[in-house]
Amino acid sequence: MQLRNKDLLGMKELEADEIDLILENAATLKRILDSGNKKTAHLQGKSVVTLFYENSTRTRLSFEMASKFMGAASANIASSGSSVQKGESLLDTVRTIDRMATDILVMRHPQSGAPHGIAPKVRVSIVNAGDGMNEHPTQALLDFLTMKEKYGRLEGLEVAIVGDILHSRVARSNIWGLAKMGARVRLAGPPTLLPRELERTGARVCRTVDEALEGADVVMGLRIQLERMKSGLVPSVAEYARFYGITPERLRLAKPDALLMHPGPCNHGVEMPTLVYECPQSVIDEQVTNGVAVRMAVLYLLTARRNA
Amino acid sequence: MMRTLIRGGRLVDPARRIDGQRDVLIEDGKVARVEPNLDDDGSCTVVDARNRLVLPGLVDPHSHLRDPGFEYREDIATGTAAAACGGFTSVACMPNTKPVCDNAAVVEYILSKAKREGSVNVFPIGAISRGLAGQELAEIGLMAASGIVAVSDDGKPVANPDLMRKALQYAAGFGIPVISHCEEPSLSADGQMNEGFVSLRLGLRGIPSTAEDAMTSREILLAEYLGVPVHIAHVSTAGSVAMIRSAKARGVKVTCETCPHYFLLTDEACLGFNTLAKVNPPLRGAADVAAVLEGLADGTVDMIATDHAPHHADEKDLEFALANSGINGFETAFGLSYTRLVDGGVVSLARFVELMSLAPSNLLKLGRGTLAPGAPGDVTVVETGGPWTFHRATMRSKSKNTPFDGATMTARVAATVVAGRVVYQVEEMA
Repeated sequence: MQLRNKDLLGMKELEADEIDLILENAATLKRILDSGNKKTAHLQGKSVVTLFYENSTRTRLSFEMASKFMGAASANIASSGSSVQKGESLLDTVRTIDRMATDILVMRHPQSGAPHGIAPKVRVSIVNAGDGMNEHPTQALLDFLTMKEKYGRLEGLEVAIVGDILHSRVARSNIWGLAKMGARVRLAGPPTLLPRELERTGARVCRTVDEALEGADVVMGLRIQLERMKSGLVPSVAEYARFYGITPERLRLAKPDALLMHPGPCNHGVEMPTLVYECPQSVIDEQVTNGVAVRMAVLYLLTARRNA
Repeated sequence: MMRTLIRGGRLVDPARRIDGQRDVLIEDGKVARVEPNLDDDGSCTVVDARNRLVLPGLVDPHSHLRDPGFEYREDIATGTAAAACGGFTSVACMPNTKPVCDNAAVVEYILSKAKREGSVNVFPIGAISRGLAGQELAEIGLMAASGIVAVSDDGKPVANPDLMRKALQYAAGFGIPVISHCEEPSLSADGQMNEGFVSLRLGLRGIPSTAEDAMTSREILLAEYLGVPVHIAHVSTAGSVAMIRSAKARGVKVTCETCPHYFLLTDEACLGFNTLAKVNPPLRGAADVAAVLEGLADGTVDMIATDHAPHHADEKDLEFALANSGINGFETAFGLSYTRLVDGGVVSLARFVELMSLAPSNLLKLGRGTLAPGAPGDVTVVETGGPWTFHRATMRSKSKNTPFDGATMTARVAATVVAGRVVYQVEEMA
């Protein structure tokens, strides 16, 4: 089996069997990360470019490490210091990269739908590494891998996602993907940060964080941008931490061995106290490792599809 | 003497309660005779209207001709050619040009260029506020003396209620209607499309329907308090329709228009980040579409406007948030509206002619919308019984930003006649 599309644009565009395929390959490739010789030939003779119009530490680095471990020629472009700053359009920039015999372009962009508009116009395979508030599919995939390592399945899991749902592409990718995999999602956050008609996603929208965490298998905090406070969506950091923070008391409402997750970077003391971040249930560090494994799988499967 | 005879058609002229076979003779630009079976003495240009409908020329109360300043999108020559192709004999154009039409000089530029290069009648709309800046009134009186037919800050809502109060009072003194683009800017800020499940799915920032409703309500309250008229542009929400209906019932002098896309498309047209469906106000949900149709059926909605908003391909072929808002409307408005409203059983044919000709003419006091003897000889001849498929490649407009490529319509414009001159005639299929 292969991926159906040239590009990986979002969880909305993936079928359940494709998600399984990526997770199976990621589990296999993860063994390379644990071995002494982190080198394979999966991407030998291929080229991967990362193009990030927004800051990133872990996503960008994990794509670069994934490319290097598998033998690809890789390069990255920062939007500062490139002709992006000269006002070149996104399409022209991507066309230029396309014509340098690039196989895969990993792209992050502040506008929702930016990769979707470009993908049909170029030969290179585009991997969406985050577009505006829309999607961040490899984050959801690494979250799924982390859940699956613990539970051996996604179906039937009760997953609580807490925080700024409105602006979160991580939340959206998880919501769409988890629904396809048969997990049940509960959502909670400040009412000003819950999008209208959220219940139509099929998720349960909870009035309180306590309600969302009750009996959950997975508890996922989301990053809250501090500018949300400035724009008046939440009165203060203190108020956010008090009512929407994942405290030890709240975490105890979840199943005793529930996973605690966070996509990072975390505002300690806001989304959760350091005590919780570092608790035994926390798999936040494991998520980072799984991010490399999932990105190896995605790069490998997309190039395999191109070879076919 | 120029004579044009439109012969053999079924005339529908609701102002005169005519629906029947009539020939229309136009002499020197004016309707001379309307009778069954007029003979051509050999001096007439004859338009064959057999098996066709003959209507008073269509009037568009709301369009953007982009001239002066944005001629790469459209200019008066191409815009009016597109209007003629769409059956419009008169179009009113909004003042958000460069420079802004906020003074008599720009009004006179538009009128003189339209006289030289225009295929159809052009009626400029002046700005409410100087530079569309929403601060102080533009020279409404001087513009009225030069020929504007209304004032509007279309595209830039008048955020300050006191400025709108002054505009309504002052323009009423000149008998000039105020057309309000209703959008409360603090509620719509940064929004890209209608707020709802589709904006959630696409991860795009939403514009709540209340952004429109809040300002519709304000305009109704001001018009009621002052006892002056107000016209609400491009109504798109169930809330606005309901408020206008109840205001009319208690005698407020409020009128309104809607556009074909607000009763034909929902926000789902934006799926796939389709920027051709990006428009302001945004395409709404199914309940809003149903309410707009109900408003058309019961007379709450007075007229149909195109909001013809040409944009260059480079301004649409962009990330959704960066793309311009607007739909190119002249060449689809009639066919789409006829198909949905008349063939769809929403309104009668006579009411449809009011919606697209008489009512906008009355709003702008153009003295058109009827083919009474002495009236301007502006006629739209249409053919029914399609289907015909619309192709954007065939558009006359300089821009092609339409979400309706490939749409089928049951009616099409056969000929457009302005002051007795045939400005558009359909190419017969071989």
